[in-house]
Amino acid sequence: MAANLIESIVKILFIFSVNIGFFSPILGWVERKQSALMQDRVGANRADVCGFTLIGLFHPIADAIKVLTKEDFIPEGADRLFHTIAPFISLTPAIITFAVIPFGGQYELFGHHVNLIIADLDVGILFVFAFASLASFGSVLAGWSSNNNWSFLGGLRASAQMLSYEVVMGLNIIGVIMVYGTLRLSQIGAMQADFFNWGIFLQPVGFVLFFTCAIAENKRAPFDVAEAESELVAGYFTEYSGMKFVMFWMGEFLEIVTIGALVTTMFFGAWHLPFVSDQMLLNYFRFAGPNGAASLAIVVNIITFFSKVIFFIWLQMTIRWTLPRFRYDQVMRLGWKMFLPIALINIFITGVVILAK
Amino acid sequence: MSDSAKDLHSEYMVINMGPSHPVTHGTVKFLLTLEGETIIDMKVDIGFLHRGFEKMCENGTWEQVMPYTDRLNYVSPLINNVGYALAVEKLVGIDVPERCKYIRVIASELSRISDHYTNIAAGAMEVGGFTAFLYFVEARELVWDLIEMLCGARVTSNYVRIGGVKSDLPDGFKDKTRDVFKKCRKLWADVNKLLTKNRIFIDRVRNVGIMPPDEAIAWGFTGPCLRACGIPYDVRKFHPYLVYDQMDFEVPVGEKGDNFDRYLVRMEEINQSMRIVEQALEKIPSGPINVNMPEYRWQSKEDISTRIESLIFHFKTVTEGIKPPPGEIYSAVEGANGELGFYLVSDGSGKPYKCRVRPPCFPLTAAMPKMVKGGFIADIVPTFDMINMIGGECDR
Amino acid sequence: MEANITINKLKARFAESIVDAHSYRGDDTAIVKKEELLDIFIFLRDDKELLYNFMMDLTVVDYLGKEPRFEVVYHLYSLAYNRRVRIKTRVSESECSVDSIVSIWPSANWFEREAFDLYGIVFKGHPNLSRILLYDSFQGHPLRKDYPIKKRQPQIGPNNN
Repeated sequence: MAANLIESIVKILFIFSVNIGFFSPILGWVERKQSALMQDRVGANRADVCGFTLIGLFHPIADAIKVLTKEDFIPEGADRLFHTIAPFISLTPAIITFAVIPFGGQYELFGHHVNLIIADLDVGILFVFAFASLASFGSVLAGWSSNNNWSFLGGLRASAQMLSYEVVMGLNIIGVIMVYGTLRLSQIGAMQADFFNWGIFLQPVGFVLFFTCAIAENKRAPFDVAEAESELVAGYFTEYSGMKFVMFWMGEFLEIVTIGALVTTMFFGAWHLPFVSDQMLLNYFRFAGPNGAASLAIVVNIITFFSKVIFFIWLQMTIRWTLPRFRYDQVMRLGWKMFLPIALINIFITGVVILAK
Repeated sequence: MSDSAKDLHSEYMVINMGPSHPVTHGTVKFLLTLEGETIIDMKVDIGFLHRGFEKMCENGTWEQVMPYTDRLNYVSPLINNVGYALAVEKLVGIDVPERCKYIRVIASELSRISDHYTNIAAGAMEVGGFTAFLYFVEARELVWDLIEMLCGARVTSNYVRIGGVKSDLPDGFKDKTRDVFKKCRKLWADVNKLLTKNRIFIDRVRNVGIMPPDEAIAWGFTGPCLRACGIPYDVRKFHPYLVYDQMDFEVPVGEKGDNFDRYLVRMEEINQSMRIVEQALEKIPSGPINVNMPEYRWQSKEDISTRIESLIFHFKTVTEGIKPPPGEIYSAVEGANGELGFYLVSDGSGKPYKCRVRPPCFPLTAAMPKMVKGGFIADIVPTFDMINMIGGECDR
Repeated sequence: MEANITINKLKARFAESIVDAHSYRGDDTAIVKKEELLDIFIFLRDDKELLYNFMMDLTVVDYLGKEPRFEVVYHLYSLAYNRRVRIKTRVSESECSVDSIVSIWPSANWFEREAFDLYGIVFKGHPNLSRILLYDSFQGHPLRKDYPIKKRQPQIGPNNN
């Protein structure tokens, strides 16, 4: 029992430190630096400690100090309660969804069964969806409670867009569920040990649609109509400042990571290296004894998994800095008139193929 | 049906877009009446950058107006300089030396290039294409390097003088121009790849802000916005000034008069302007750059120090200002946004009696409500950008 | 005489209304009586040999001390014949108004508002004759020659109303 508790705490601490401690501050820096690279600029490089700028890596710290010391401003006429809880509602799902995403296989370590997933729910995918749809409340509440017309328009756009794309995203997932026959994300991951069993080969259309819808769900360019700065100033978080503003920001960045993790888990072999199953890893590391082999395999799993995640983060950033923004009605048309039929056809074809087998 | 619609709590949203709003660069205010996202009504309120240009001109000498013209269209100040100098020269009856004309053509076209860069860059940024924005800002920086080399300033150039220019082309200008244009062409190709065939960008600007040709004429459109409607009116071709009649260039025209055509016209005009600059640098003759009329154009510093007549004329023109004969003229040049006209009235004194500018973006801005009514809020963004309203010029 | 075809046609058609005409530095100019302004503009726009379809510019000049004091100046351009013409009409200070030409060229809308704003000329029949460059509570018309340069305007703002 104690071992289980320790295992859970270690895993939670690990995911927490990776997400909150590493990804969310570093992604702000990555976004600046990557856009700078793409745009032939230098990027953040001014924050220095004793003359060392460390390629701008002090900027996240400087930013943190700045936002924490800023005034927490609530506009006149705003609904104080909802204005305050909206950013929490936005941020929490992005952190929680990571609980059901596996970042490694299952191993025996010191006589204890280790499963590299915080909560191995049998309805993992549904859990992700349930919480992802909660995030839309955050934007809607933020937009509505700010007592600002621009925020209001942004909140309306956000709610319509997130609801529409959730439908399509759900339909894409059905294809994946049909192929693997399970809702449990760790099982979906385990079934992709064989390289040709990766989701991208079984559900190529599903991957493209899911990835696009996920970006739209996260409201990042080219789907950032809800916060389109040239039209709606900053959309639903126009009236936020200081740490609350950063919570929206962090929610967005963590969702980038979550999207990367989900795509990796469902379409890109989860923690598996191509052509290398967990058993083969254990065999490679036989020299270190059973516990050593398991530990090394866990490390390889985690590195593989997060490398893939980082690749998809990079991809999302590249897309964000390459494409212009859609218009609101075009986003909706794309979702309902293009993606929805394609997703339905995809389900149909998947069904036919499964039956034919 | 109508009863239930009456019961519903439905009213238009009236919202203030600007003067401090990300899209209203140039400081303008739109008072929008919205039904959902659709624009029912729009009122445009300008004048936030009004500085009393004409009043200032009437209280300065003819020469002192030149720096003010920099601040009209501050994205292409050299064209304003040239336009004003040409107007005063027409009033006086000066014909500047051939070399000066070539230098002015080069200066105007460099300014036009930088203006179009800025315009397209801002347009791309506002529809979310931040990368294309920075590519063209970089290209503009390179062109500004050339302008800096030419006249020592990047933005407020104050380069042209009545009856000449401030200084001759610097050494190595031709080589530097070749280098800069090479880089600019590469950046142009990059932006072209990023935007011209980008489906999202096309969706945003195609069929948005349409102006039919006859209405565009009635609303007083000129420049790229008029040419986007398919009317090839370009002052450089229709009333050739300086040496534009000796240059080989084309006037690109659009078909539908929407924002995408305006974008395409500007993209092509950048190329044509580069061609003009290259030809001008190739053909430029040697000779004086200033007209030899000491009562209008200062003599050289050496002459002023050694010859008493030059010193007297210098003293007279600086203290009293040059004195064009009484009369009135209208002179137009092709500004980056359209026809930039100067209507000058002289009463024979050292100060302009009247110095009127015909700002090209003033009628364009006036037509904004007509172009966006019935569209979405998001349509304001590319439309307002493509009419390229410059506060300094529109509000004067 | 090709250059003066506009002036000649105007003189032939509106002999009574043309006060004066000249062509200084190649700019054809006709000074017309303001009563028949609208007819003259419609004629200039629609006549087959003129077709002045652009209303390029509209401004006012204040000749302080002369009578009539103001001159409203219109610059027209004909795309079909590539010709420009300047039409001027004189307006006295006591009867400071002239017919609006917004119905002929919509581009005149803002130009007339600007002229009203800065010179105080009233354009009869204008759909929305209000200040455009200055704010509504501005006092006086600053481009009139008798407007003192250093005049201060009363403070405006939420605390001063």
